[in-house]
Parts: sequence; structure tokens; C-alpha cells
Amino acid sequence: MDILSLTATELGKKIKAKEITATEAAKAALEQAKRMEPEINSYVTIDEEGALRQAEEVQKKIDAGELTGPLAGVPAAVKDNMCIEGQLTTCSSKILSGFKPTFSSEAVLNLKKAGAVIIGKTNMDEFAMGSTTETSWYGPTKNPHNLAHVPGGSSGGSCAAVAAQECYYALGSDTGGSIRQPSSFCGVVGMKPTYGTVSRYGLIAYGSSLDQIGPVAKDVTDCAAILEAIASHDVKDSTSILRNDYDFTSALTRDVKGLRIGIPKDYFGEGLDGEVREAILQAAKVLEKKGAVLEEFDLSLVRYAIPAYYVIASAEASSNLERFDGVKYGYRTAEYEGLHNMYKKTRSEGFGAEVKRRIMLGSFVLSSGYYDAYYLKALRTKALIKQAFDKAFEKYDIILAPAAPTTAPELGKSLSDPIKMYLGDIYTISVNLAGLPGMTVPVGKDKNGLPIGMQLIGNSFREKTLIRAAYTYECETEKQYEAPAAMACRTAGSGAAGTGKEA
Amino acid sequence: MAKQYETVIGLEVHVELATKTKIFCGCSTAFGGAPNTHTCPVCTGMPGSLPVLNKQVVEYAMAIGLATNCKITQVCKFDRKNYFYPDNPQNYQISQLYLPIARDGYVEIEVGDTKKKVRIHEMHMEEDAGKLVHDEWDDTSLVDYNRSGVPLVEIVSEPDMRSADEVIAYLEKLRLIIQYLGASDCKLQEGSMRADVNLSVREAGTEKFGTRTEMKNLNSFKAIAHAIEGERARQIELLEAGKPVVQETRRWDDNKESSHAMRSKEDAQDYRYFPEPDLVPIVISDEWIAAVKSRQPELRTEKLERYKKEFDIPQYDAEIITASKRMADIFEATTAICQKPKKVSNWLMVETMRLMKEHDMEPDDIRFSPENLAKLINLADVGTINSSVAKEVFEKIFTKDIDPEAYVEEHGLKTVNDEGALKETVEKVIAANPQAVADYKGGKEKALGALVGQTMKAMKGKANPGMVNQMLRDMLK
Repeated sequence: MDILSLTATELGKKIKAKEITATEAAKAALEQAKRMEPEINSYVTIDEEGALRQAEEVQKKIDAGELTGPLAGVPAAVKDNMCIEGQLTTCSSKILSGFKPTFSSEAVLNLKKAGAVIIGKTNMDEFAMGSTTETSWYGPTKNPHNLAHVPGGSSGGSCAAVAAQECYYALGSDTGGSIRQPSSFCGVVGMKPTYGTVSRYGLIAYGSSLDQIGPVAKDVTDCAAILEAIASHDVKDSTSILRNDYDFTSALTRDVKGLRIGIPKDYFGEGLDGEVREAILQAAKVLEKKGAVLEEFDLSLVRYAIPAYYVIASAEASSNLERFDGVKYGYRTAEYEGLHNMYKKTRSEGFGAEVKRRIMLGSFVLSSGYYDAYYLKALRTKALIKQAFDKAFEKYDIILAPAAPTTAPELGKSLSDPIKMYLGDIYTISVNLAGLPGMTVPVGKDKNGLPIGMQLIGNSFREKTLIRAAYTYECETEKQYEAPAAMACRTAGSGAAGTGKEA
Repeated sequence: MAKQYETVIGLEVHVELATKTKIFCGCSTAFGGAPNTHTCPVCTGMPGSLPVLNKQVVEYAMAIGLATNCKITQVCKFDRKNYFYPDNPQNYQISQLYLPIARDGYVEIEVGDTKKKVRIHEMHMEEDAGKLVHDEWDDTSLVDYNRSGVPLVEIVSEPDMRSADEVIAYLEKLRLIIQYLGASDCKLQEGSMRADVNLSVREAGTEKFGTRTEMKNLNSFKAIAHAIEGERARQIELLEAGKPVVQETRRWDDNKESSHAMRSKEDAQDYRYFPEPDLVPIVISDEWIAAVKSRQPELRTEKLERYKKEFDIPQYDAEIITASKRMADIFEATTAICQKPKKVSNWLMVETMRLMKEHDMEPDDIRFSPENLAKLINLADVGTINSSVAKEVFEKIFTKDIDPEAYVEEHGLKTVNDEGALKETVEKVIAANPQAVADYKGGKEKALGALVGQTMKAMKGKANPGMVNQMLRDMLK
């Protein structure tokens, strides 16, 4: 039996049925990770010892009937911006070198309650700033579908690890598309839930008002099960919302009859790759055939989303990242004269170029004399964008769109032109500004074999509608998770590219 | 003729609130404690931690706002104030700039016979910073985050004060209100109340304000008064010499009794305030305001009136006793036991005040129990001890809170009412002081006093002075 090709919930069933033990599953994932890591570099840290220990403990609880959930015993990975007690947590930044938190994030604790076996922390763009996972201090992650391409970002490590079968599912975080875009590039299912659905406690903040943790999965069923496990009301997070509909797996039904789907014309215009457009409109037709009603409409304000986002996210980031100063933990410059010199050198040496760019941008828009012109204006824009969505959701249950204008770009082609890279976030960013749930589902591949993802956007708290539509699509197309074709010829021992961990 | 100048003063007052836990986490606010023992990931700003607002902080702030005639901002928000310093673990302070909890209030002050209103511009809630401890020995600085996250309110007045006396009156008024509310102990020395003084001078009669300076590090009313006098003189001197006053922050040095510039407006920091995204807006309903109002304890003016009516004590006594919440509490508790309000009031106004002054204490430092004062009053009242013994015993109560009944018994301080023993002593005193006896007999009434004194001394103070007096008169007839 090929354990690795199972989805998380399929594996969970087999563990429950005693066909596979949690330890066997963990070992399989760890071995696969060892095999793939030299080429893909999905992980910052692999915790082999801890994973095997967790697997044993979880297996005992399963045997005792204490753990019965669909994810019990299933190996998972966590993006390296979520704290795990006593375990290296770096945000893929030099400045958090050696940092081991004293507590675990709420989402991780929820996963552990569900019986997850966490085998490692995944690579990401430094502090989640980037769309390619190339800004990591620990070197870039490669796209398992084509190693010359990026996996997307910032949750590129999580998406690549799931795609390359180095774990069965992963947690990512999404501030402007950081789950949905790399999911699209790596051919996996990813979801950003409604803001406030998953606790941010223990998530190292980038843009606090936009950040949201979500699942990265092999299919829609897994995605719903993971969301069900991690969503909770947490009194430690003031922005956490108490909901009464955490049973997301109940939405795994094959039914879109009468579902009103809006297709924003503004998302299908200039800049969108032809193959991507075709694949997505094709997917929309699948839903139409099952009874969904498609209609084109003007969402409006789309072109204001990117500037508004980069003002708000950078402003919050400039403040959130102030605590990394070399005083209490992480990296401190070797030599300095006095406090201010220590601050300056530590931060100059500890942060990468993209992070510095956003800190400067954020500091600028908040500085006295510019606050009204930039930050306040961006907040007003954010409110208008939310209104535009509210209006759309009066007519539609779902908005269907691309997740990114193109498939995954080649490595090394994005960072030199940050504006172009920022523009790549155009279809995902508004969803964060409006606090809405958004989901990416793989719908095909381009001529180079790179995956294309469709994005489904719902009104606040309508994750179930998204899950229902995505599940229906998946069933209708008989899409099953398949390992990247590129991996077939890459078996043990073939690793060529270095990981650049000492970059 | 020399120009006349007017001093214009506005105050920024920080008050540490008396909550048991910090403003954004569950750590204790207790003063002291080994360094970094009252801390958690939130108040040390660890990555991933998030603040959760302590409701009691909002209620105390609302109570202070209402008691100072402010309007409560019914949708108020927190903002981040960004600046780098190691005592500030996140390098931003969670404070309020755009929508502070209370605005547009006033308190009434009295200086001499003049009453005046000092307007309050706004009051906001914020977190305190930790403390830097400099180790001279190995030239390093250590940080103690026990104080980090202790809740504060900052009360910003309008520039309505014109003298040190008015400033002190304003501060005393604020302190009284806040203490009565139980929202803070307001101790300047311990830093639970801190005042920054904004001061400018202008030629009398002009309307335009002069350039102001801000004075920090004022830890006592005395320092505040001296700093105001000094700064006024310094600014006038500059103006007289034709030099401009520079807008700057100055630090008061209590030892040198002078101030020096810390930083000028040019290098003032840009705090890059923006709304705190980790906290949601606080929505304060009319009902919540009404509930806080209804729980508001009796404030000073009401208490003063009640004391006059209920306990029949004079205006003067009531004013002195209610000038401190602690004093008023002791008065009421003691009176409740012994039922002798005027006597309680006398002990507080005379002996207690005297001893406080002698020991350089504030009413809050008083440690004796109302039970022991009540017992003492009863002992004196029934004549078990005479008044001088009572004063002596009270000193012991004041310093060590002893039980006066046991103490009097143990030290044999009961008044001797035994006529036989007294008579013997009086006879001895008469025999030993022929001159005084002669003087008295010769009409010098004063000489009797000396003889009473001698007798009391011989009786080790335990005699009833009235009885001694009468006996001497009888025997010298």
C-alpha cells in the first residue's frame, strides 16, 4: 500500500481501523521528507524525535478510545510563524535565530487535541512577507511540480510539503493571499477562513487586522476536517469570534443547485494569463452544469486593493516587528556601542531586504504629516471594498475567481521587481481587507504542467458554502489528489540542489 | 516699572489604577516582588502573544471620568504609540490617542477664598512600562517587567492654572477624588501618581500663550512647587534678556533643586500612533455608565455634609478628617465602636496629625487599628487613665498598634484614685517646697501649678490631676 498518496482523512480512517499505526504514518512522512528536502526545502525544522514520540502517545490514546477524530494520528506540518512550546520558531528570519517560545499557539493546541502528529515547521517568506518563499533566511522552497519554479508564498513551505507528500496536511497563514496563492501554485486545497474564526494567539503577527490561520490540504474533505479542528473561540485573542457552526465537515455535500455564483469581470481582464482564465471558466461551467447560476458582474474598486493593502499591512508590520530588537531573544549583533547602535545593527543584520522595505514603507505611512494621506485613506478604501463585497453578496452566494494571474513563476524572477510581485496579489488581497473566507481548489495545469487554482470567495461566515461548492466540483471532475508528476522520477538519493540553509 | 508676568500651567497626571491584575493580562500588579516574577508572554511582549483588556480598568477610568465631570467616549479605542526603549517590551505602548475614554471635564479647586474650575481636556488609559535597573558594577542594564502592563490613566488638563498653589490644589483635588473612588492610592513618592508640568509665562494682560516647556520627574508636592517657581523665574529671565524660550522637555533634579533640558521639540519623537489592531473598540452603553455611576462611593463633599449632620462635628473638623479617605475611614470605624465622634475627631486632628508630621507620613501610611483607638478613648473617658498617660499610650498605638488595655495594665499606668496614697505624696511635696507654698499663700496662683507638677512627677504621672489640684488647695487653706 502506498501510504503517502492517501489523503489525511483516508489515512485517519486506516489508523482508526488499525490498518496503519500512527508511528508507521509518521515514519513514512519523515522518510519522504528526508528524501525530498534536499531538493524542495519545505521545512525549516524537522522534529523527528518529537514526531515519533507524539505518534506513540497519540496511538495510545487512539487505542484507549480517547481520540476518535478524523485526523487522529495523521502527520501534519505547521508554518514556522506559529509558536510551538520549546520548539524553534523562526518566521524564516535570521532575527529569530534560536528562538524557542514558552507557549504554543492556540491553533496548534487545537490540532494536538485532534490527535495531530506534528513533524516539523515549514519554510515561508520572511515574516510572511512575499509571494514566492524566496525571502526566507533558510533559502527558497521549490515547487514540487517543477523545481525551477517557486511554490508561491508566503506559506510556500506548507503547500510544497503537502504537495510533495512530506506531510498529510499543514497549517498556513494568509494575510494577503499567503495560503490561497501558493495552494494554487502547488495544486493543493487551501483556505483562509473568515477573520476571527481561528485564534491568532501564538501566530507571530505580520498584519494583525488581516492575518488568519487556515488549512492546506490534499482535498476538500481534508480541508473541512482541518478547519473543524482548528477553528475555536479563544478568549486570549480579542478579535476571535464565537461561532455556532464549527461543524464544517457537514458541508461536504454534492449540491450546488440554485447556488448563485458571481464572476467578477474585473478579475478576468488584462493581466490574467489565458490558460489560467480558460481553466477557471471551465471549472465554473462544471458547477453550472450541476445547477449553479453563473453571472458576470462588476466588483469595482479592484485596483485600489493593492495600494490599500500594502499601506495597512506594512503599517501594522512596522509596529509588530518592533519587538525584534536583540534585547530579549533571537539574534543580537556581535559588536555594538551602546543601546541605539545595538538596535540598529541587530535589525540591519537580522532582517532581510523585503522585510526592511515594508518596515520603511509602514513607518513612512504612519509618520506624522502623512498619516491622514496614506493610512487613513487606506482604511477608508478598506471600508469601501468591504461595501463592494457586501453589495455583491446581496446577489451572489459565492464569487468565483482566479487565485493568481499566472501559474508559478520561475525562481529568481520575482524579487527584483517588487511592484510586479505585489500586483500578483490582486485577486487575493481584497478578501483579507474585507475579512472574508476564501478558498483555492486545483482545477488543472498549464502547458508546462504547473497547477492552476480556482478561488472561491464567500460572505463572512459562509465557509460551508465554499466547502459545498468545492466539494461538488471535486466530485464532478473526479479529481483526486495526485502527486506531482515531477516527483515520479525523483526517488531516494537523487537530490542534487543544495538547500542553502546557511544562506 | 518692571513688567508683570503671568504663569500659565497645564498638567499631565499619570495615575496607576488599583486593579489586582494588569491591563492586558492576568499577572499581578503587586508592588515589589522579585524581578520578572509578575510576568507572562503578554506583558513581556513575546512574539505571538495578544492583549486582552481588563474590564476593571475601563470601569475605574469611567468612574474617574464621571467624578471629574467628563464626557465618556462611548465608542473608544486603543492606539499604539511606537518608540524603542528596553523597558517597553514590544517597543510600542498600548495607549489611547484618537478616541480616549473621557473628555471635556473639570474639577473645582479652592485657593484661599477663591474658587475656580480647572478644565480637563481628556483622560486616556494605557499600560505602564517596565523598569531598567542599571548595574554599575559590570556596566550593564537589566530589565524588570513586573511593572510592565500595570494599568494607568493619564489625565490631561487645560492650561488653566496660574500658580504653584493652584497646581497643588488641583492635584490634591484629583488625588482625593481618585482615592475616594478606590481607583488608586495616588502616592507620589511611590510613583502611583506622577505629574508632568507644562509651563509658560506671558506678560500680564496679553492673550497669546508663551512658549511652554514640559517638566518631568516631579515626585512630591514640594518638588512640584519648587520646579514651578524655578521654571517661571528661568523663563522670565530669558524673556527679560530678550532671549526666546525653547520648547523642550526638562528634567527636575530633586537634589540640585533645578532642572535641565532633556530634549527639544526638534528631536521630539514621532510616535507613529495608529489604532491597535489586536483590540476591538470598547462600546460603552448608557446602562454601563449608569451602573458605574450607581456604584460610585460617597465622595468628599457628600461625606463632609453627612459628618456634620450625623456626627454633629464642626465644619472645621469635618474638613480636616475628610481631606483624606484613609482618615475618614479611620474616623468612621472608630466612631462606630466607641460612639464618641468628637473625641475621635480630636485624636485624629491633634495627636495623629502631630505624629504623622513628626514621622513624615501620609494618612495612607497609618497602621493603627480603630479598635485600639476606641479602647483608648474609653479608658480616658472613664478616668482609668489621665490625659497625659493617654497621649503616651497613643504614641504606642500609633507606632506599634498596641492594645491600650493590656499596655496600661502591664505598665501600671492606671490613675491612682486612692486618697490615702495621694495625700501622703502631697504632704511630702508641700514639705519639700516651702518657697512655692509661701508664694501661693502670698497670692501667687501660678505657684500652685508647680506644686501640682511636682506631685504628678512623684506619682509617675498616674494621679488624677484634678484630684491633686483640689487636695493641694484644701491642704494649703
